Amino acid sequence: MELNILWFWIIGALFIGYFVLDGFDFGVGMSLPFLGKDDLDRRVIINTIGPVWDLNETWLIVAGAALFAAFPEWYATLFSGFYLALLVILLALILRGVSFEYRHQRPEAAWKKRFDLMIVIGSAVPALLWGVAFSNIVQGVQLDAGHNYIGSFFDLLNPYALLGGLTTLLLFFTHGVVFISLKTEGDIRLRAQKLAVRAGIVTIVVAASFLVWTTLEFGSLATGVFAGLAAVALIVSFLANLRGSEGWAFTLMAATIALAVLSLFASLFPDVMPASNDAANSLTIENASSTPYTLKVMSWTALFAMPVIFLYQGWTYWVLRKRVSRATVSAAVETAVH
Amino acid sequence: MNEWLDPLLLSRWQFGLTTVYHFLFVPLTIGLAFTVALFQTAWVRTDKAKYLQLTHFFGKIFLINFAMGVVTGIVQEFQFGMNWSDYSRFVGDVFGAPLAFEGITAFFLEATFIGLWIFGWDKLPRGLHLATIWLTTAGSIASAYFILAANAFMQNPVAFRINETRGRAELTSIGELLTNPIALASFPHTIFACFMVSSGLIISVAAWHLLRKQNEDTMRPALKLGMWMMVVSGALTTFFGDSLSLAMTAAQPMKMAAAEAMYKTATGAEASFSIFTLGTPDGVSELFSIRIPYLLSFLSTHTLNGTVEGIDNLQAQYVTLYGPGDYTPTIWITYWAFRWMIGLGIAHILVAVVGLWLTRNGGTPKATWVWKIAIWSFPFSLIAMSVGWVFTEMGRQPWLVFGLLRTQDGVSPNVSGVEILISLIAFTLIYGALAVVEFKLILQAVRKGPAPVAEPDPVSGKIKPQVTVY
Ligand code: HDD
Ligand code: HEM
Ligand code: HEM
Repeated sequence: MELNILWFWIIGALFIGYFVLDGFDFGVGMSLPFLGKDDLDRRVIINTIGPVWDLNETWLIVAGAALFAAFPEWYATLFSGFYLALLVILLALILRGVSFEYRHQRPEAAWKKRFDLMIVIGSAVPALLWGVAFSNIVQGVQLDAGHNYIGSFFDLLNPYALLGGLTTLLLFFTHGVVFISLKTEGDIRLRAQKLAVRAGIVTIVVAASFLVWTTLEFGSLATGVFAGLAAVALIVSFLANLRGSEGWAFTLMAATIALAVLSLFASLFPDVMPASNDAANSLTIENASSTPYTLKVMSWTALFAMPVIFLYQGWTYWVLRKRVSRATVSAAVETAVH
Repeated sequence: MNEWLDPLLLSRWQFGLTTVYHFLFVPLTIGLAFTVALFQTAWVRTDKAKYLQLTHFFGKIFLINFAMGVVTGIVQEFQFGMNWSDYSRFVGDVFGAPLAFEGITAFFLEATFIGLWIFGWDKLPRGLHLATIWLTTAGSIASAYFILAANAFMQNPVAFRINETRGRAELTSIGELLTNPIALASFPHTIFACFMVSSGLIISVAAWHLLRKQNEDTMRPALKLGMWMMVVSGALTTFFGDSLSLAMTAAQPMKMAAAEAMYKTATGAEASFSIFTLGTPDGVSELFSIRIPYLLSFLSTHTLNGTVEGIDNLQAQYVTLYGPGDYTPTIWITYWAFRWMIGLGIAHILVAVVGLWLTRNGGTPKATWVWKIAIWSFPFSLIAMSVGWVFTEMGRQPWLVFGLLRTQDGVSPNVSGVEILISLIAFTLIYGALAVVEFKLILQAVRKGPAPVAEPDPVSGKIKPQVTVY
């Protein structure tokens, strides 16, 4: 296999890592108004992701840097083309990141409320816009002969892309709520289970229509297979959740997101950014990639580093496996450094 | 077109603003991770309450600061593609690799183990928990290496060939890229400068408390450590600053000439270093100056009778080499930035030396002004750091990649001035607001001082650390 084809799928894998992991962070953040009845509840919810959100967000940084190194043309076209959309995502991620750290620095209710709001916005906005961005890539955008995006910001807000955005928003929301039910105890866990069922129904309807649209209009056989499997995983996750087996529900939600991203990448292949105005202007795996030498260097690095990374990140989740409860949080608040 | 909507000008302002801002937090992260790790090691080895208190106290300041470094860092990575897409196309094959290495090896390590450190006090055995802060430190230092190697390519392009058909630079040797002489010199210079910033913070905080005669049991040892670290890392920063001068003059003679505002080529005693100059604002003629003979020759060549080329000479050379154009950076910025970096740096190394003398054998200076000067250590070191970077980056102008790509040719061709104005305003507002919040929170933490820790367990004699929740 050519190295640039390998790197196309590695980029896909890095975005899968990002969406599966930061996806539940977004969902947890968005669920605050639905599940956080009082301050202690909200602290329990935030503490389910407290130790890991930064690590999960780092998958985006690695995906972005790998994109830069392996497909500089893709990185340049995408990031300059989607300028304002990415700006909004960045601002949202800034707000979310500082809020986790700053919310508990002062006791006043007004202070905390402000940061709670920022967490909700900072989670919902990227959850929506990532779907919009990826749907636009799949659908194709207007590129000139120099591969520069020549559409406008509002061209990105078309019906297909908005449906894509709604899909990621709902998938991440359900994913996060299932995560809360997996990581908490008592009343909040029960409420999260119920909310996950209600959110699950809407998610199934929206995600299924998006995947059908993708497959019919932009897809190949592989797209259809992955999209079909994603739909099955989503429905089985819903059933697992109905029966109260959170572990399975969560694993299958992760599989749904992974398969949905795979189906998008499968429909792109062998383009990386199809041009909707003139196919000759499309960015492809061939004309967007780095030299074989650079890709070889990166492949060796990834080969040695990724197993180690999987080990220590897996170990981290294992160390933090205990459920968070009102009792543990309030006991810790008593003696906390902050 | 309206001059204010020039995408190039706006992109430069935005990049400069966001980068200087990112680099207000990064030095403290790198320096404090290391210092907190030292305090925690001291606690694990001695079981003394004061070291645990210091770990928690500076650990809290570290975390408030860390969040800002992380969120502003993502902006940095995205901006290359957003605002400098032609630059990204041109260098991606070379420049992307160190950035990807940084993510894979350094950021993952740092982001994972910092989470475990914050939340692992009651979940990991003591030794393992100590290892998490050391791994975080290692990650932060490794990240600095890779990003500086990337930056060094812009200062002194190596290990590439130009592919004419693709119109880009292509990597020929990763080893050569990562051992760029500029990277090898700027890495230790920057890391020790980061340690100066964290020592500066510790000195400032300790002096503030000692001036008020409070928390002496913790703040005295902190002050001692801070001053020793300042002296040692200050000496090393200076040492590697000298190596960096040498490497820089070899790669970019224009930058050294601009640092000195030296228009005419000079040799030996004439290649003098001016400590202070009053001149016409454009720097072309000089009214008054204090000069040290030979010093510039020594800095640039490590010999007393070396020749240092002047701006006029270099400008003429570059015109023959690269075609007509202005190859001179903005002189007053490079001249003064270079002086402020060195001057402020040396000034607060001296503060630490004098402080060590005054506090020898447990002595305490009575005069309050002594403490008041010491409190300035932190802002001094941070400003020295920032102006050092302003010098490095502005001194490279008009090049984005020296000798290969001009700044004006790197900017995104398809992003409009209005869009960049929107982002520039958005970043300015949000960064400004966050700076205020962050500053107040750090001040609040500093004022509160180290919190008492639990009594030692009667059986084991060990103290239980405090746990963290969000
Ligand atoms: C506390 C901060 C600090 C202090 C006291 C010094 N520096 Fe520095 N200097 C920096 C912090 C810094 C920096 C971290 O801001 C820079 C920017 C780029 C770099 O690699 O380090 C820098 C850059 C920098 C450069 C430019 C490199 C380039 O453009 O390629 C030179 C020549 C020096 N330094 C030389 C010195 C000398 C001779 C010093 C003392 C006598 C000195 N620096 C003290
Ligand atoms: C080490 C990694 C760094 C890289 C790869 C980098 C890269 C760049 C790039 C691409 C630009 C924009 C083009 C230009 O205007 O020249 C720039 C400009 C600038 N950077 Fe850096 N930079 C780095 C570190 C820093 C740091 C740490 C600082 C300051 C603390 C800094 C300060 C500036 C300033 C002030 C400008 C504006 C210069 C001007 O436009 O005249 N840079 N840098
Ligand atoms: C313009 C060039 C730069 C880029 C693209 C960049 C990129 C980033 C990114 C993406 C992060 C977030 C990492 C996370 O989420 O954990 C970050 C943080 C960090 N950066 Fe930068 N950075 C730049 C300049 C620098 C420089 C010059 C240094 C060191 C000398 C540095 C050192 C760090 C460190 C230690 C962190 C860790 C967290 C923290 O800062 O608090 N960065 N940077």
